[in-house]
Amino acid sequence: MNRLTQACIMIFFAAAVLQASVTDLYLRYVKEELRPFLIAASLLLIAAAVMTLWYELRPDPGTTADRTNPDDREATNAEQATSGSPAAVTHDGHAHHEPRVAWLLILPALGLLLVAPPALGSYAAGQAGTAVTTQQDYGDDYPPLPAGDPARTTVLDYAARALFDKGQSIGNRRVELTGFVTPGPDGQPILARMVMSCCAADGRPVKLGMSGNAPTGLANDTWIQVTGRYTDRLTRDPVNDEEIPYIEVDFWRQVTAPKDPYD
Amino acid sequence: MAASDRKTPPDTSTEADRPGLDHPSNTPHATSVEDGGRRGRIGSVEIFAAVLVLLIFLREPLAGLLTTPSLATWTTVFVSVMVQAVPFLVFGVLLSAVIAVFVPRSFWARALPKHPALAVPVASAAGVVLPGCECGAVPIAGSLIRRGVTPAAALAFLLAAPAINPIVLAATAVAFPHNPEMVLGRAVASLIVAMVMGWLWLRLGRADWIRLPHRPDLDGLGRGEMFWSAVRHDVVHAGGFLVIGAMAAASINVLVPERWLQTLADQPLLSVLALAGLAVLLSICSEADAFVAASLSQFSLTARLAFLVVGPMVDLKLISMQAGIFGRRFAARFAPATFAVAVTVAVITGMVLL
Repeated sequence: MNRLTQACIMIFFAAAVLQASVTDLYLRYVKEELRPFLIAASLLLIAAAVMTLWYELRPDPGTTADRTNPDDREATNAEQATSGSPAAVTHDGHAHHEPRVAWLLILPALGLLLVAPPALGSYAAGQAGTAVTTQQDYGDDYPPLPAGDPARTTVLDYAARALFDKGQSIGNRRVELTGFVTPGPDGQPILARMVMSCCAADGRPVKLGMSGNAPTGLANDTWIQVTGRYTDRLTRDPVNDEEIPYIEVDFWRQVTAPKDPYD
Repeated sequence: MAASDRKTPPDTSTEADRPGLDHPSNTPHATSVEDGGRRGRIGSVEIFAAVLVLLIFLREPLAGLLTTPSLATWTTVFVSVMVQAVPFLVFGVLLSAVIAVFVPRSFWARALPKHPALAVPVASAAGVVLPGCECGAVPIAGSLIRRGVTPAAALAFLLAAPAINPIVLAATAVAFPHNPEMVLGRAVASLIVAMVMGWLWLRLGRADWIRLPHRPDLDGLGRGEMFWSAVRHDVVHAGGFLVIGAMAAASINVLVPERWLQTLADQPLLSVLALAGLAVLLSICSEADAFVAASLSQFSLTARLAFLVVGPMVDLKLISMQAGIFGRRFAARFAPATFAVAVTVAVITGMVLL
């Protein structure tokens, strides 16, 4: 592969990342905080590609002389014995020395531009154990639920309050949670939401059983908004043997997937 | 020993006399000859254009594949590993190009102790200042070796930097709010592994195992051109191998369900090896692996410490990138040795601290 093609592939790859990070597409794959770094990094990649193109395509009469001139070599190397050696004047334009592996950079760009795979959902949730473990136990320090009736909170927050606070900070209040439908341990639909700390490769599900007026007959990965109350009912996730709390559902409605699908 | 000879100034090792590199002895005119030849036949630019045109027609069948949940999840994980790595890769590549072009060789001779055995712990501790994950560290270590830093010290830096920098340690503290000793254990064990591997390299390593990729175009260019040339080369090289690693990690993520691990959790020795192996296969960024370790709550803290120590040092994407930057002969020896040392040190640290 020659340098022109490398520059084209870099632009292609960087453009795909840039396009994903200026739209909301990147939220399917990485944390929101990464956005400025994604934009900066893809702009730098494009700059590197443009500079490569410029150096490759500029008419360069006279550089031949410069390039064989030891004084033009890196100044800090000047004292070194290499500058006079034949190898030092080697300027190598051979394409076959350039990495073929660079072609692979097309793949993630295609993934972003052509396919734009969905955020992790029901399948990934079934593969991994529920992520509310004792590490999220904040002891007695649970702040009160947000104001409003129903109180809007997250699946992760509800699960932590239900498991470790035994629902005390929820009390008798109604809560509103958003998540997607996935099959539970007993085959009944449960509510799940993926949490992510860096990128989708470390995405883990938080699972909630639904009792009461639970939805039935919904396809996997359907997003729903559930309003309900605390119940002390529990089940266990067969994947990692952790407890899955339940929510007593008052009513639910189907919603569109949120902009940021992760908690 | 060749590894330490490299450091004796004046340093005569350059791209040109690095062992194992075959240099075509063409003159500067070869460039224009090559350019002329390219115009006459189908070159890579034309192939690239053809691939793009072809893909426009393949869009529908590709989208159809994604209705299979496992394939969709594979693609999501693959794309997200790549997207997440981009800022770190670019940062690492830029820093490596700065090292290659703007930091004089004499700086490293002054900054690091003369004796390689002393340079190793200094380089390991210097890992504290590199805020990033492992994708950026590989090109930086390659650049350090090119600039005459003794390979033992550069490799110690490569191993230490992704594990002991402040961002990673802070993430570990957040992930284990009830076990602050995990942060200490991680830092101590990772530092020890990095230093042991550095010293091991001094005793057993052979310079000809390392074959840095040929960067021909750095010879005889102006500084600006050298800088961008180094950036381009490292991006396509390290990035290409990162793609291989990301594909491997996505495959493991989809093919190995977590419940298989459940059966291993109760056996002390097996659980350590299982989580160490999982760290290799999953290839999670070192800034996120603590959260995954925290969720593997059925395992002992020692097993999870092994996961945190092994992950930033040996994983599929790192092995792939190391094979690309340092050569296959290097990666085939370095990765298993690091794995063994990391598991041993993690177990001992776990017994003492946890």
